[in-house]
Amino acid sequence: MAGERELRELRRPGWTFRFLAGNYDLYLMILPALVLLFLFNYLPMYGAVIAFKDYNFMGGIQGSPWVGFTHFQRLFQEREFYRILRNTLLISFYRIVFQFPLPILLAILLNEVGNMFFKRVVQTVTYMPHFLSWVIVGSLVIDLLSPNSGIINDACRSLGLPEITLMSKASFRGIVVVSQAWKETGWSAIIYLAAILSINPELYEVAIVDGAGRLRQTWHITLPGILTTIVFILLLRIGALMSTDVEQILMLYNPLVYETGDVIGTYVYRTGLGKMEFSYTTAIGLFQSVVGFVLLVGANRVSRKYTNTGMW
Amino acid sequence: MIRTKGQKVFSAVNGLLMLLVAAVALFPFLHEVSKSISDEAAVMAGDVGLIPIGFNLRTYRVVLGTYDFWRSLAVSAVITVAGTVLQIVVLSLAAYPLSRRVFPGKRIFLFLFVFTMLFNGGLIPTYLVVKSLGLLDKLWALILPGLVNVFNLILLRNYFLTVPDSLEDSARIDGCSNLTVFARIVFPLSLPAVATIAVYCAVSYWNGYFGALIYISSKTLQPLSIYLRTMVIEADSQLVNLNPELANLNPESLRSATVVAATLPILLVYPFLQRYFVKGALVGAVKE
Repeated sequence: MAGERELRELRRPGWTFRFLAGNYDLYLMILPALVLLFLFNYLPMYGAVIAFKDYNFMGGIQGSPWVGFTHFQRLFQEREFYRILRNTLLISFYRIVFQFPLPILLAILLNEVGNMFFKRVVQTVTYMPHFLSWVIVGSLVIDLLSPNSGIINDACRSLGLPEITLMSKASFRGIVVVSQAWKETGWSAIIYLAAILSINPELYEVAIVDGAGRLRQTWHITLPGILTTIVFILLLRIGALMSTDVEQILMLYNPLVYETGDVIGTYVYRTGLGKMEFSYTTAIGLFQSVVGFVLLVGANRVSRKYTNTGMW
Repeated sequence: MIRTKGQKVFSAVNGLLMLLVAAVALFPFLHEVSKSISDEAAVMAGDVGLIPIGFNLRTYRVVLGTYDFWRSLAVSAVITVAGTVLQIVVLSLAAYPLSRRVFPGKRIFLFLFVFTMLFNGGLIPTYLVVKSLGLLDKLWALILPGLVNVFNLILLRNYFLTVPDSLEDSARIDGCSNLTVFARIVFPLSLPAVATIAVYCAVSYWNGYFGALIYISSKTLQPLSIYLRTMVIEADSQLVNLNPELANLNPESLRSATVVAATLPILLVYPFLQRYFVKGALVGAVKE
């Protein structure tokens, strides 16, 4: 951060030149990050023009012929496109409905635990799955749901319930949401726990004097106290409606469940890199990026207006 | 505090509920450990729950005796160490000018960084860029594309903002260059934030899978995540060919042992690093 000396400098004429002469090293410091940003973030944005071209290896990004909106026209006519769009949106939607409330509930209940040691242990244990990769969590899920020896289907059979397997179209999205909840609920609770801790304790003291029980305290003090955080996280999730955790789906899905489980990210990977349909899948990716951008900007605007917090 | 009967009941029920939550978080992993050390016949029959049946370490001897396991572990270690060191250097160098009150162009640079969080060129164009840079099937392809993590950059910058101006000023009056002020004063004072980000960064390099899936084709360059995935899915037939000892080994036991062996490195460091994780999550929660 700049200090007094620099502020004095600012008031003298010709300061920009003197500043640049004396501080060129600041630009050298930021240079490596800018170069990497240009190479791996901005060049691909430029490369996305192949969505409007017919990419071939000879011509590359620049030399391939323009085809206008052909790929987008094809996109909106393909049944498969609506399938991956529907799956992407549905999985995000189910995550908001079923998974989003869990960390809030966990944080509120965890906050009620009086024994500090016990609380710490529960926190440590529930944060842990967040740090395991999807390859590992996917392996655990595959193992638990194995049709022959998986312990969950063992239990299902002995209780007379239908089996839950990764081969079943009906249960795939449920498995995705539940395994995500298992991995992330503990970790996501941190932000709500912090929000609860920042509530003025006097409010609770007053409520106790007024004879409010635990439930009423939660309803009238804790929930309103963390409402801003809840709304903010909810808007973040809405902003991310178009994106799915591709690694997770890749770990769990198989051709039998493409109907309900194939999402934009996995389709682009399979068709783009697998079948070399570079231009068409870039068009799909561009569609996803643009809609995602609009959703995020919209969510941020709503958030700024109603919660006074923004993502940027 | 006066506790009514109702409150006592609530505390007890809540305690049990939290115990249950912790159990659910732990169960899949404990089950896997139990399977990996049980008798193979019991595993095959699907009898193993939380308590191991019998005792058997043959699977671990096989997993830990597999050359590919150690090689992919070494590849993951190289990516993690190199990626983390590079990311810390590049990001903290960039975060310092961005944290200065006077830095012509600051707003434009910040916009350029943050914009990449909102919009990206997509998978295929990124792949084509990596390919045209000649990075396909090189470990650099796993390190460089994600190196500029804008979220971490912002965390670092926000922490640098808290370093008192007076300290920097006095150094500058003594004739220190910006780089020296950064290296001698700002960076050392920000070590808590740097440590937190280093831990995040290391976890994401260690866990990375998708990058290796699309960029790496040589078997010798496969990180642990790819090796593990191959074991889990395509396991049986391939391995039997590689290692005659596996011919009569139950693939499920083998899979469990591999998963446990691959998880252990994370679990071993997790308790020591947990406080950094939590600190980072809270720094991220506080907005600029």
